[in-house]
Amino acid sequence: MENKFNITGAEAITLALIEEGVDTVFGYPGGNNLPVYDSFYTHEKEIRHVLVRHEQGAVHAAEGYASANRKVGVCMVTSGPGATNLLTGIADAQLDSIPIVCITGQVVKPQLGYDAFQETDVVGFSMPVTKWNYQITTASEIASVMAKAFYIARSGRPGPVLLDITKDAQTQIIEKFEYKKCTKIRSYHPKLKPSETAINEAATLLNNAQRPLMIVGHGVLLSGCQDEVKELSEKLDMPVASTLLGLSSIENENPRFAGMVGLHGNYAANMMTNRCDVLLSIGMRFSDRVIGKPEKYANQAAIIHIEIDPSEVGKIISPAVGVVSDAKSALQKILPLIRKSSHISWLNQMREFQQKENETVVNENLSKLRMGKVVRVVSEKKKGSTAVVADVGQNQMASARYFNFQEGDSIITSGGLGTMGFALPAAIGAAYTKKFKNVVCIMGDGGFQMTIEELGAIMQYKLPVKLVLLNNNYLGMIRQLQDLYYNSHYYFGEMQNPDFVKIVDAYGIKAERVETLEALSPAVERMMDYDGAYFLEVRVEKQENIYPVIPAGKAVDEMLLTPND
Amino acid sequence: MKEKDENIKQYTVVVFTEDKVGLLNRITIVFTRRHLNIDSLTTSESEIKGIFRYTIVTKTTPEMMKKAADQIEKLTEVLRAFYYEAQDVVSQELALYKISTANILTPMEGLIRDFNLRILDIEKEFIIVEKTGSRKEVLKLFEQLKPYGILQFACTGQVAVTKPMKELENYLQELNKAAEMSNKIRSWKLKN
Ligand SMILES: Cc1ncc(C[n+]2csc(CCOP(=O)(O)OP(=O)(O)O)c2C)c(N)n1
Ligand SMILES: [Mg+2]
Repeated sequence: MENKFNITGAEAITLALIEEGVDTVFGYPGGNNLPVYDSFYTHEKEIRHVLVRHEQGAVHAAEGYASANRKVGVCMVTSGPGATNLLTGIADAQLDSIPIVCITGQVVKPQLGYDAFQETDVVGFSMPVTKWNYQITTASEIASVMAKAFYIARSGRPGPVLLDITKDAQTQIIEKFEYKKCTKIRSYHPKLKPSETAINEAATLLNNAQRPLMIVGHGVLLSGCQDEVKELSEKLDMPVASTLLGLSSIENENPRFAGMVGLHGNYAANMMTNRCDVLLSIGMRFSDRVIGKPEKYANQAAIIHIEIDPSEVGKIISPAVGVVSDAKSALQKILPLIRKSSHISWLNQMREFQQKENETVVNENLSKLRMGKVVRVVSEKKKGSTAVVADVGQNQMASARYFNFQEGDSIITSGGLGTMGFALPAAIGAAYTKKFKNVVCIMGDGGFQMTIEELGAIMQYKLPVKLVLLNNNYLGMIRQLQDLYYNSHYYFGEMQNPDFVKIVDAYGIKAERVETLEALSPAVERMMDYDGAYFLEVRVEKQENIYPVIPAGKAVDEMLLTPND
Repeated sequence: MKEKDENIKQYTVVVFTEDKVGLLNRITIVFTRRHLNIDSLTTSESEIKGIFRYTIVTKTTPEMMKKAADQIEKLTEVLRAFYYEAQDVVSQELALYKISTANILTPMEGLIRDFNLRILDIEKEFIIVEKTGSRKEVLKLFEQLKPYGILQFACTGQVAVTKPMKELENYLQELNKAAEMSNKIRSWKLKN
């Protein structure tokens, strides 16, 4: 960019965003970010501002945008309550490694520390949940700090960065504005090269494995190494399991796909974790929801952990070989060292586990008006690449388990924080990327009501998102926990709900309710064929529980297929 | 997870950082989240201009120490975080004692000699002395002065330098050579 002379700080912020390739900002105005809005006004062609209806919506939309686009998502809000309303989404992005830059307005510098109107210490309270944050108090810092913010957010293990910018910094005049992208920070090493030794050790283990298993996590999608994953799996004849956020790294129909690991994952993936001899885990962090009882996790296996964040290696599970690297570089180095092999009986074992799950759980779920059935029908009726944006609760597990991810599809959901209300705004963000033919947002009746106000943004901007409400009139996942661990004492689980179709209708969004199994398919078809936003409320079975499940405190291979197991 | 007492050791954590606002907070959050008590913490500019040095003393298990150090090193503005067991550091504390002059004057001469004290101020009602030494010595003197009435006591906590030679200077050179950063990651032993 050419240098600019005598511009305001606010103008500098806008120009910096444009330089970083930002085309969409999700935001909400207030007294302390109005100068930036005024600058946006003159840059309407280059930057689109999307007015969400609550700041939590802005940050989730930025997350959805970032996840769908593999680019940094941006949200911008005012100081005080605007800033505090962001916190949930920032924590969400931190746990799920989502690159976002959050810009908060702040009171003028001379008022800092005086409890001025709408002053909050956002840098202080966001410190534990950001990858980096910084308060800009003079306009001259804007160029270098914003360049740094974008670099930190997207490089290495991505994450949220927050910039708090005082109002006087937004109005000061910068004599000479010069923008250089940041490519290096002395104290920050986002992309470590994998050590030769570790690569060789990993390859040796894999070549000698009899029962190898790969688990792919979010890191595979973040580093874009889906092709390498597939190639390795083929070469080694190695089954591939996935974490919740790793889904869609490999298409479900791949004959070596073992399913999802973890609490409500697939039977095969969990059983095989405790039966394999070499476990190759890529870009995942062994969260407690994935590993069940840590002392009984894959003790029989030599674990290879490929991970970009050194502090994750050995944090929970000590691997035999730790490869500190981004997933793509590591796999590219390992692949040439791999000998072609075949593991027929091991893969047969996988199919037996899968068959067992189908017979005891899946087939039944698909024969009734249950969450899994709805998701499966959506999956069958979709046309072209689809982003499945799933909320939290039983609806999320059903989405993960029953959507048939094909090449080009993607899951976007809140994994680490499990944030109810994530899906609707995240779907808005995903819709803006235009990376998918369809954006399907799958929610429960509880989560929908947490960010229901964002229907306003869908209405105003005419976003063609498909909204699927799996309504069981329950906080279903809570009811399931009360079933399993609290003698079915359903306390506050059942909700009195409004007429959702009427509400959505009032927003001018096409809405329909399904109450029978027969009506489901045609309704889903209507929704997928409709040009524009569409809302489908499905009255699913009220008392359904998600199975299989790893009971609390149990090992992954102690998974229960049915309540009577 | 209850940590077994016999595994708990005293560690001196030495953290080198850029000169940036808020870093103390970021570093202590790592300790707080893991319920690690900080026994003492000092900070000052290091031997390299513009690079700050934090010396933090804590007690914990070797596993927890490693994880906490990894988390500290992960902070964007931290250059390196090293940790050492007691035998690998030379440390001193500086303590100031303000004592009432009512009873002290006669035994003071002996104490000054025995403890190598420096007199900083003598007034009609009180005397202020300085002691530099190990924690043990500082506390021993405290006990000896107690009967005479300690009006005020203040102590720096441990400042330490480490015995092993390879440290930040080398590290910075490595950086410049863009040498294999992954060397810093311990090579993981084959399990089987
Ligand atoms: C913000 C937030 N609050 C509380 C929870 C705890 N929680 C997890 S699942 C769940 C129930 C979700 O109910 P609903 O949205 O109806 O989905 P269902 O499980 O019925 O599909 C609750 C309350 C959460 N994950 N997030
Ligand atoms: Mg529900």
